[in-house]
Amino acid sequence: MRRAPVGAHYGLKEWLAQRATAIFMAAYTVIFVFAMLGLSEFSYEAWAGLFDGGLFAFLSFLFVLSVLYHAWVGVRNIWMDYVKHAGVRLGLHFATIFVLLGYAGWAVKILWRL
Amino acid sequence: MSEVTVRKQQRPNSLDLRSFRQPIGAKLSILHRISGAGLFLFLPFLLFLLDRSLGSAQSFESFREIMSGAFVKLILMGLSWAYMHHFCAGIRHLFLDINKGTDLEVSRKTARATFAISLVLTLLIWVKIW
Repeated sequence: MRRAPVGAHYGLKEWLAQRATAIFMAAYTVIFVFAMLGLSEFSYEAWAGLFDGGLFAFLSFLFVLSVLYHAWVGVRNIWMDYVKHAGVRLGLHFATIFVLLGYAGWAVKILWRL
Repeated sequence: MSEVTVRKQQRPNSLDLRSFRQPIGAKLSILHRISGAGLFLFLPFLLFLLDRSLGSAQSFESFREIMSGAFVKLILMGLSWAYMHHFCAGIRHLFLDINKGTDLEVSRKTARATFAISLVLTLLIWVKIW
């Protein structure tokens, strides 16, 4: 039986985004492991070279974005499950969003050396 | 007060989950949540390590120094388990989403396998890194 607790399609977008980001992160994890195994040595040149532009840097940035969006959905679910007070919950949602957006900016700086 | 109302009031509002022996699927599920929350809490630390490792040859050296600390190793061991558990339990979840492995016996087997595989993968990471 299908039930819509609040309006039609409530939460479907978030649910789907969590799955889509999960699939991308799983694929990236495998790529990352092979990239690491392919390094001749774990030196600064080899490690930083991996992230020096190109496809791997692009995929890594997408991975970080996926982590942040995935974390938003997951942490939001935790607040929704355990925090009963609507005002406190809203505050925690905002705090989570701000923190994650801050991390996104930080990740841009790290990965693309702005 | 009618009998129906009295009986309604005697019903518990919520069950005390600690008083039950939880099935393996429930243990897997709550650890999926706990590992996810742990990874979220340690995101700034992980970004800090990534920043040190990619910044410059000097910061890479400081990264290696940080990584050699016993306490940091302990945290990273926990985080690699959290990542691997979340990864494996997540893949199991995706199969459940498309109605694969939802039979009771099968889901118990895949839950046990998830615990085992994520522990083995965590050990492999540690053998490889240290």
